[in-house]
Amino acid sequence: MGFEGIGAAVRRREDLRFISGRGNYTDDINRPGQLHAVIIRSPHAHARIKGIDAAAAKAAPGVVAVFVGEDMAADNLGGLPCGWQVKNKDGSPMAEPPHPVLAVGKVRHVGDPVAVVIAESKGAARDAAELVSVDYEVLPAAPTLEAAQKPGAPLVHDGVAGNICYDWHLGDKDAVDAAFAKAHKVGRLELVNNRLIPNAMEPRAAVGEFDPASGDYTLYTTSQNPHVIRLLMGAFVLHIPEHKLRVVAPDVGGGFGSKIYHYAEEAIVTWAAGKVKRPVKWTAERTESFMSDAHGRDHITVAEMAMDKDGKFLALRVHTQANMGAYLSTFAPCVPTYLYATLLAGVYTTPAIYAEVKAVFTNSVPVDAYRGAGRPEASFLLERLVDICALEMGLDRVEIRRRNFIPASAFPYQTPVALQYDSGDYNATLEACLKAADWAGFEARRAEAKKRGKLRGIGISTYIEACGIAPSAVVGSLGARAGLYEVANIRVNPTGSITVFTGTHSHGQGHETTFAQLIADQFGVPMSQVEIVHGDTAKIPFGMGTYGSRSIAVGGSAMVKAAEKIIAKGKRIAAHLLEASADDIEFKDGKFQVAGTDRAKALAEVSLAAYVPHNYPIEELEPGLEETAFYDPKNFTYPGGCHICEVEIDPDTGVVQVVNFCAVDDVGRVINPMIVEGQIQGGVAQGIGQALLETCVYDENGQLLSGSMMDYTMPRADDLPNIKVGTAITLCTHNPLGVKGCGEVGAIGSPPAVIGAVVDALKDYGVRHLDMPATPHKLWQIINANRPRMAAE
Amino acid sequence: MYDFAYHRPSSVADAVKLLASDPDAKVMSGGMTLIPTLKQRLAKPSAIVDLSGIKDLVGISVSGSAVTIKAMTTHAAVAASAEVKKAIPALAAMAEHIGDAQVRNRGTIGGSIANHDPAADYPGAVLALGATVHTNKRKIAADDFFTGMFSTALAPDEIVTAVEFPIPEKAAYVKFPNPASRYAMVGVFVAKGPAGVRVAVTGAGANGVFRHTAMEEALAKNWSPDALHDVGTAEEGLNGDIHASKEYRAHLVGVMAKRAVAKAG
Ligand SMILES: Cc1cc2nc3c(=O)[nH]c(=O)nc-3n(C[C@H](O)[C@H](O)[C@H](O)COP(=O)(O)OP(=O)(O)OC[C@H]3O[C@@H](n4cnc5c(N)ncnc54)[C@H](O)[C@@H]3O)c2cc1C
Repeated sequence: MGFEGIGAAVRRREDLRFISGRGNYTDDINRPGQLHAVIIRSPHAHARIKGIDAAAAKAAPGVVAVFVGEDMAADNLGGLPCGWQVKNKDGSPMAEPPHPVLAVGKVRHVGDPVAVVIAESKGAARDAAELVSVDYEVLPAAPTLEAAQKPGAPLVHDGVAGNICYDWHLGDKDAVDAAFAKAHKVGRLELVNNRLIPNAMEPRAAVGEFDPASGDYTLYTTSQNPHVIRLLMGAFVLHIPEHKLRVVAPDVGGGFGSKIYHYAEEAIVTWAAGKVKRPVKWTAERTESFMSDAHGRDHITVAEMAMDKDGKFLALRVHTQANMGAYLSTFAPCVPTYLYATLLAGVYTTPAIYAEVKAVFTNSVPVDAYRGAGRPEASFLLERLVDICALEMGLDRVEIRRRNFIPASAFPYQTPVALQYDSGDYNATLEACLKAADWAGFEARRAEAKKRGKLRGIGISTYIEACGIAPSAVVGSLGARAGLYEVANIRVNPTGSITVFTGTHSHGQGHETTFAQLIADQFGVPMSQVEIVHGDTAKIPFGMGTYGSRSIAVGGSAMVKAAEKIIAKGKRIAAHLLEASADDIEFKDGKFQVAGTDRAKALAEVSLAAYVPHNYPIEELEPGLEETAFYDPKNFTYPGGCHICEVEIDPDTGVVQVVNFCAVDDVGRVINPMIVEGQIQGGVAQGIGQALLETCVYDENGQLLSGSMMDYTMPRADDLPNIKVGTAITLCTHNPLGVKGCGEVGAIGSPPAVIGAVVDALKDYGVRHLDMPATPHKLWQIINANRPRMAAE
Repeated sequence: MYDFAYHRPSSVADAVKLLASDPDAKVMSGGMTLIPTLKQRLAKPSAIVDLSGIKDLVGISVSGSAVTIKAMTTHAAVAASAEVKKAIPALAAMAEHIGDAQVRNRGTIGGSIANHDPAADYPGAVLALGATVHTNKRKIAADDFFTGMFSTALAPDEIVTAVEFPIPEKAAYVKFPNPASRYAMVGVFVAKGPAGVRVAVTGAGANGVFRHTAMEEALAKNWSPDALHDVGTAEEGLNGDIHASKEYRAHLVGVMAKRAVAKAG
């Protein structure tokens, strides 16, 4: 056994199972007597349902049942709940229109579920689905932010005036206005944060099962947080108490946020399984994923930065419109507010900030958190604006950042937008990244590229994010309807092997490795002695799952706390066995040792004594060696860093090639550097995808034009450079491991660096900013429009 | 998919008989286009006549003046063929960049040209090289074969058996892939051969592949990228979509053509 503890680049133990096809995904689960569900979805963005005729489908071969929205209503089921309430400027609650599981009365986006056909085979269900005739009265649609806010725009929900979900603000408006009044210069930027479609490799799936003997329900589902689904679906939708409902999220092939939410299909299969008394399975086709998985981003923003004569930031004013889609997905309201506006200080000392956010309903798929959730929107806005400020001041992009950085000596640092950063050193990550990217040598590379007819540009972003979500009382005061602690249960088995039950969930992050390393480190045992169990409410304690880069910071901290309890108990058992005082026992390298002697008991000896308590302090200690710890974080964690991107543009075609990408991030203590590197590379790949390739397009009728892989440009290996990843860390000061999180930094830090590079490459064409994605078509149009001017010069 | 009968005949004659007896039957070669269409329930054939059992339909042969590729030859086989690489390197290079490895291992030349997807690569090669399409009934000149988007001169019971490419003096293909699908958003195949200079444009035209006669004339006079400097491409009849406007496509036709001529040498 080589070194496997904290800091070792141990290979991911789960990968053999994944790459050899032995994973156990939801669609791999088949239950005896299982039926198949096909969901009938709205082909219209907005329509009244005048009637549904399912008679022919019900009579079709192999069909067991057809259900529509009214059938669910007849069972008094609830709608899909929203887990976060944001308040308007005047303190009134946001508009929270009903979200029926199957549409009732109206459909509100293409893909809105209308009915479900349940049959003996998927083929039979599909055949029958074609026989269901839905009589739609098509209504005018408002699929985009612009369309939904035009005077007289169609109303997505009859009761929601102007399609406004909420009109919220944060910060000190008066202080900001005052600062602008005396500003030397103002940088101003209007931008769009493009709408993305997540596209995890594994499509969503769900299998519902009902046991008539016990009355128990089981749901197998592609989820990042099975306990959250159990609570939401059980308590709010189906009215099944926790003890009668088990939710299993087995191997999950990527989530990126899109598998946090409680989706209609989960409730449909679970409820239907009870109705037909047989298991019911549904697996999304890719086309369904495009029109039913929650989308991400979709903001329109105007931002202004006031500066003094030295380019010091005095105040920031931001106005954002955020698209919620047709209904509120589980965490949608918090994304453009508490995960966005609270990040607008970035890494800068801007003393006054005021942000207004208007959330808007549209006839489009619901929008919710997607890798980074609010923070990529904040960092893109802020970092692009800082570049504009540099232009405005005639300052170098790096220099203006240095002038405004929060100095390393200023931590803990209270921002004007609620958050208090605990630690960081922005100059350290900046300097390391400038060096790694050879920023100083760029002009020579630009000149060389020019000789080859290429336009070369370089871009930089110095970002911060807030993750390790989140202190329960704080988020509760901000409208969260959940606690966001995490839990771990550690069971030292009689022979000394260790089973860890975690409330977090791994869907690609490699937790089975990282957590095993952490536990191996805590107990001084080989990783092979450690098993990590997650994803089954019947096994794990009530935890909140994985998102917001919280697993190591919150879940890992809970493990450390539980390990401390085990060790404390173990010391008392060892003291008894060694006839010493517990105070004299040290735990080191897997052994309980009487300090200063060679008298020791191995962990396995202590655990055996705990489960076979023949010689045991039974009067004062319970038998067994198993402990649970709940950990509620004291603060968010604040990873940050610097990303530098270099691109070359072919002026004849507009094609952009990313030729260099360097990231130096402060993710706090690194448990497994290889996994951290992989997480950052994956995040950067998604960031490059957003910056150059991906965008969701609706036409004016609300039809999804980018509704398949033929039209939605996912990044591929040859779109990406070798991404150089480095770390320059400061420790988190408020959790036991000093960890911050690395799951989202790549997607948060990279887009502004990429667009900054594209803008820099086109600076001679009069470009100050351009919206994502920077497609060849868009760039060629800019180049072409400026060609005559360039030729004249 | 809807239900259908499945046949796997071992001769062209048997295949044709099956097709002739059932107007709703469909031929399948690699299935790379047909199967997704079936899975999406966009087609409802009564029967599938799978050509993969017909050994006669696979193979590449080179005579002095022509390369003949039988219909069921896969893109991967064309890309890897030493004979094709020697005789018409542009054709092998083109095949090497169709789709991905899985698609190249299944997709066939016969299926590709019979399908005439306006964004497919092969139609460009067939038209620019002035190839002749062999069927079970007749020989069809490339100029007469492609009749519009997803349409060809093939009769319902007619099967492509081979494509015969005259060996050009010079030829090259340059493709601007659609960023999402990687099919040709614009592909230009240029050739100088026994039938003179021919330039075929695929991916851009709303009616599928077409010849660019203005470019052909310019290149016939002066085979060089510069000769195309002032040759424009009309936007009319081009495709416009979320990836590229007609204007951008027209522009790319010029850029790809120049690059193709430069590549051909
Ligand atoms: C992911 C993906 C990416 C792709 N990328 C590209 C690309 O970049 N460039 C490109 O050019 N193509 C691309 N293709 C298309 C592919 O290369 C095939 O050429 C195409 O699918 C048709 O060939 P096939 O042999 O699979 O035909 P099939 O799918 O079997 O048949 C297609 C059609 O042609 C008819 N047909 C088939 N064979 C004959 C015959 N011998 N005689 C008469 N009619 C026939 C069938 O009835 C059917 O209508 C891609 C396909 C996929 C799935």
